[in-house]
Amino acid sequence: MRHSDLTTALTDRTAKTFLGILFGAVLIVALLNLLVPAESGLHVSSYTVSLLGKYLCYALLALALDLVWGYCGILSLGHGAFFALGGYAMGMYLMRQIGDRGVYGHPTLPDFMVFLNWEELPWYWHGFDSFGFAMIMVALVPGVLAFVFGWLAFRSRVTGVYLSIITQALTYALMLAFFRNELGFGGNNGLTDFKDILGFSLREDSTRVALLIASAVALGGAFVLSRWITGTRLGRTVMAVRDAESRARFLGYRTEHYKLWIFTLSAVLAGIAGALYVPQVGIINPGEFSPLNSIELVVWVAVGGRATLYGAVIGAILVNYGKTVFTGVMPEAWLFALGGLFVAVTVFLPQGLVGLAQSLLKPKRQPDATDKEADHEPA
Amino acid sequence: MSLRDTFRRDQVFGPLRPGTRPVRPGQLDTGGKHILYMEDITVSFDGFKALNDLTLYIEPGELRCIIGPNGAGKSTMMDVITGKTRPDTGSCFFGQTLDLTRMSETEIATAGIGRKFQKPTVFPEHTALENLELAMAGPKGTWQALLQPVTGQQYDWMAQTLETVGLLAQKNQLAGALSHGQKQWLEIAMVLMQKPRLLLVDEPIAGMTRQEVERTAELLQSLAGEHSVMVVEHDMEFIRSIANTVTVLHQGSVLAEGRMQDVQNDPKVIEVYLGETG
Repeated sequence: MRHSDLTTALTDRTAKTFLGILFGAVLIVALLNLLVPAESGLHVSSYTVSLLGKYLCYALLALALDLVWGYCGILSLGHGAFFALGGYAMGMYLMRQIGDRGVYGHPTLPDFMVFLNWEELPWYWHGFDSFGFAMIMVALVPGVLAFVFGWLAFRSRVTGVYLSIITQALTYALMLAFFRNELGFGGNNGLTDFKDILGFSLREDSTRVALLIASAVALGGAFVLSRWITGTRLGRTVMAVRDAESRARFLGYRTEHYKLWIFTLSAVLAGIAGALYVPQVGIINPGEFSPLNSIELVVWVAVGGRATLYGAVIGAILVNYGKTVFTGVMPEAWLFALGGLFVAVTVFLPQGLVGLAQSLLKPKRQPDATDKEADHEPA
Repeated sequence: MSLRDTFRRDQVFGPLRPGTRPVRPGQLDTGGKHILYMEDITVSFDGFKALNDLTLYIEPGELRCIIGPNGAGKSTMMDVITGKTRPDTGSCFFGQTLDLTRMSETEIATAGIGRKFQKPTVFPEHTALENLELAMAGPKGTWQALLQPVTGQQYDWMAQTLETVGLLAQKNQLAGALSHGQKQWLEIAMVLMQKPRLLLVDEPIAGMTRQEVERTAELLQSLAGEHSVMVVEHDMEFIRSIANTVTVLHQGSVLAEGRMQDVQNDPKVIEVYLGETG
């Protein structure tokens, strides 16, 4: 019986390979960006650095979804909401960092508040000038929302497609709310025009590389954490809830607590992904709450393969790379490609790319004694 | 208010019995003659009485077989005991103190009533050993599950239980890959990991080969004594081979109860049940 602890989760072969590839790639990109002169053919542009950083944030988001979907069987179609909330918390910090350098030059109020003739900062904007406070909010806001939402949903035993629909409704409702100027988050323009983070200009290459490295650290950390959790009795119970919830309940497990635990953790990870995403793309707006985003996210995980963690990461990076290429060549066809991809994966690759790779690498299992015994079963 | 409602088992009999310590409510007290008391239980679904004034007692360590034609209320009775269905009237006590009609499914399972379902419902993506780990009695909270690894003692207990049901060689096999009979035994092993005082076994031999049936009969007999075992089964041959006491249910109440030979020759029983199956 394997009960992993953090050390084994960090040092087993899968984790080593994953962390090696992740940090190796990030290191190479960082060095090629910072040390190789721009004229050289080997130079990696800052655009690429931020693009890669964005992919890593998506990968972290996909990992978070894999925890609830792949391991716990909760198909959340609203995980983008937690990502966006984390992003908004970071965006609020970045807005406060602008200070009086905004278009209107107001010492405390962000531009959009001046534009709306607001007199003072709303109460919920206080504290966001502190980086530490903002980082706590990055984890706390999505976490608390997921906890309350999950507590209500799981306690009432809302499962399956109904849960998917209400998570979708959750993100849609948040999108509509954030579109409103009165809410105080910049309405449909969202938060943008960020200048610097912790005093470092967001336009500097070194800041972009640092953000890329921070994203890689967050992804690597979340990977190790998730591997640890899924290797413990908690992880095995969560999978049992996925496969036969009523059976697990019968064994004396409060299955709603397990679902809530993993759902909340996943929302926190999604929030962190959103917080790292915002400074790298330079904007957060209500479009991030769009249900379409959350559905795309499900496609990433499905393409990569569920319940392996690294499958979600691979899926997120590949699909988003495909999206970058595709939208450059034929922007109007991307949604069709995405839909087609989802159908193809569902029909032909239910285990995703990881499942495909595993079945190609491993020879078919020899039929053993148990299979022979099974022949005696009455039809 | 019936007499039984007025003098509830948990409130009256405990203190009246000489020589017994007063028992904390919520704790299983098996000081009485029986371990399970079902009295005057009625359950109706849309006017149809699935159980009709059912009264049944199980003794500690007993192996009891329940038979009856389809719709006699066997499954509903199990559901009442495990808290899945609430009776409309009547009382259901586990030991002297635990009122099963007021406990949740989880509480009942933790208190010591294990149920093996008709259809084997093992966790297919977990190994046989992991299935036992999940079923093991002990703290079931999320944080304990995260931070407390399985101890060597618990591991030995799991291995021993797998040995009891004859699956030690398959401990690292995925449960989904086991044969039908093996799944049934694994499920029994899982119920045993909950340290049940009362074991409810629902149609254990459905779909088993002859050898598997024999093995199951031995297994159930070896479990009685330490546990009270209640078996619901259709197969008369099987019941004949294991039963001491048989209860025949018909239309939601007890038609006959007694030793297999006596019950078999009871004209009422022959009419409603045995006669039909020949």
